[in-house]
Amino acid sequence: MLVKLMIASLLTCFCVTPAISQTVMNFRSVKVELPTEERMFPGGDKAAAINGNCLACHSASMVLNQPPLTRAVWSAEVHKMVSAYKAPVSPQDVDAIIAYLVQTNGKP
Amino acid sequence: MVTTQGGLRRRTVLGGVGAACLASSLGQAEPTVMLPLGGGPEARRLTTAFPEKGSMILQRMRPPLLETPFEVFDQGVFTPNDRFFVRWHWSVIPESVDAGAFRLSVRGQVNKALSLSLHDMAAFSQVELAAVNQCSGNSRGLFMPRVPGAQWGNGAMGNARWTGVRLRDVLDRAGVKAGAVQVRFNGMDAPVVPDAPDFMKSLGIDHARDGEVMIAYAMNGTQLPLLNGFPLRLIVPGWYSTYWVKMLNDIEVLDRVDDQYWMKTAYRIPDTPNGRVKPGDTGFKTVPISKMNPRSFITNLTSGQRIAAGAPAAVRGIAFGGDCGVARVDISADTGKTWHAAVLGGDEGKFGFRRWNATISVSAKGSETVMVRCTNTAGVVQPPEANWNPAGFMQNGIESLPLIAT
Ligand code: HEC
Repeated sequence: MLVKLMIASLLTCFCVTPAISQTVMNFRSVKVELPTEERMFPGGDKAAAINGNCLACHSASMVLNQPPLTRAVWSAEVHKMVSAYKAPVSPQDVDAIIAYLVQTNGKP
Repeated sequence: MVTTQGGLRRRTVLGGVGAACLASSLGQAEPTVMLPLGGGPEARRLTTAFPEKGSMILQRMRPPLLETPFEVFDQGVFTPNDRFFVRWHWSVIPESVDAGAFRLSVRGQVNKALSLSLHDMAAFSQVELAAVNQCSGNSRGLFMPRVPGAQWGNGAMGNARWTGVRLRDVLDRAGVKAGAVQVRFNGMDAPVVPDAPDFMKSLGIDHARDGEVMIAYAMNGTQLPLLNGFPLRLIVPGWYSTYWVKMLNDIEVLDRVDDQYWMKTAYRIPDTPNGRVKPGDTGFKTVPISKMNPRSFITNLTSGQRIAAGAPAAVRGIAFGGDCGVARVDISADTGKTWHAAVLGGDEGKFGFRRWNATISVSAKGSETVMVRCTNTAGVVQPPEANWNPAGFMQNGIESLPLIAT
């Protein structure tokens, strides 16, 4: 909660550099609960590899909301997850993940 | 076009490109918004599931990516905290912060390392400023051809009044040593995998000490929502949000240029005017993204809306200059053939949104396109043809809105 002590000073211009104002902070500790995600990639067995490797860091929607992408771009995305973000993807699953992405949201 | 159903305001206006409408079918628990993303997918759920947040467009649950429904920008020059967009990279986000125990550390190339409580922060000289916070990738979903990344519409931006302290004052308390090159900022969020790159951003030492960069402890007059960075957030006026590190708890003065992933590899733009390259171009030099460019949006009309032919119609919206103020906003009611100056609203500071309004009249019946264009105080004008780059950053093409005169 914040108490405005000098309203007058707040009414002056907040232009080029920060303007001096007088406000007193009473910081409240915060405790929240972030919603959890249960949605998985659809497609049953065909989605097993992507469900097994691609849900640790982000929701499936990060992938499902992407526009249709070429095989080359999907392949680069999967390899970027491994090299840049250290995704623990089983090497034998890489092809199945790319195949799923190309089949469900690919473009020529 | 406002109807109320299920307690939610059902109007969505997408400034400019394409249509936005709300689809809702009976028996569907969550309403859906359609973003005009060519090639799809366009549907996004609206959610009220996040703490300290009202109805938001759900781009991603974990880690949260929440977009501000465009109607919010028609409601005022400041974006309310509970509708302000949310963007995290890694999903290890503390769900509780003890205001008494929290400490901000200042270390590295300094004479005296500091560990500052919120009480200590409040004791520094206080500053306040209005500034637009916009994601580097705002409007990425509108890029043509499309590119991978968070598929935002135009709602990954907001304007708030930030209250806090000058970063310079905090650095001066620690005493920056000669030889300091950059200052690196880290927040309390963390990667899921231990060896993955923690999210950190750096600014040049002179920029950090320019007296404008600040550490905010309040946003629109109250402490920040946790998802917008409680208890402290870096404010870098005129620069993209990637630098506005949330839950800031560590400042390290470096004697070198920061070469970690989020500076060296990610958030880089082509070193070309307005970050523009042609689709397919390769081999261009890249630099870290930095200053924002000018933008403007119509907020009171939706794509495909009917207006009366031959009668004056009120048009209003928001504009911002990017790294400086708004000089002028022009509106065209004939697809850019002729332009007329809009009337600018009150000036809350050069880094904030500026409201504008205008009256247009379309004489002939049929479809017509209304366009809005901002010129900033440095003379930079929004480009008629949208800029493009492979990472989907810095979009600021002139927005156009098709209307039907009847
Ligand atoms: C180790 C953590 C991790 C894992 C596991 C992971 N990702 Fe990611 N992914 C990330 C991060 C970090 C981002 C960037 C997040 C952001 O910008 O908010 C990202 C972003 C993405 C994006 C958006 C485009 C981009 O490059 O930013 C796509 C698509 C994606 N991931 C696909 C996948 C796929 C497919 C898998 C499974 C092979 C996967 N991810 C597994 C960490 C991970």
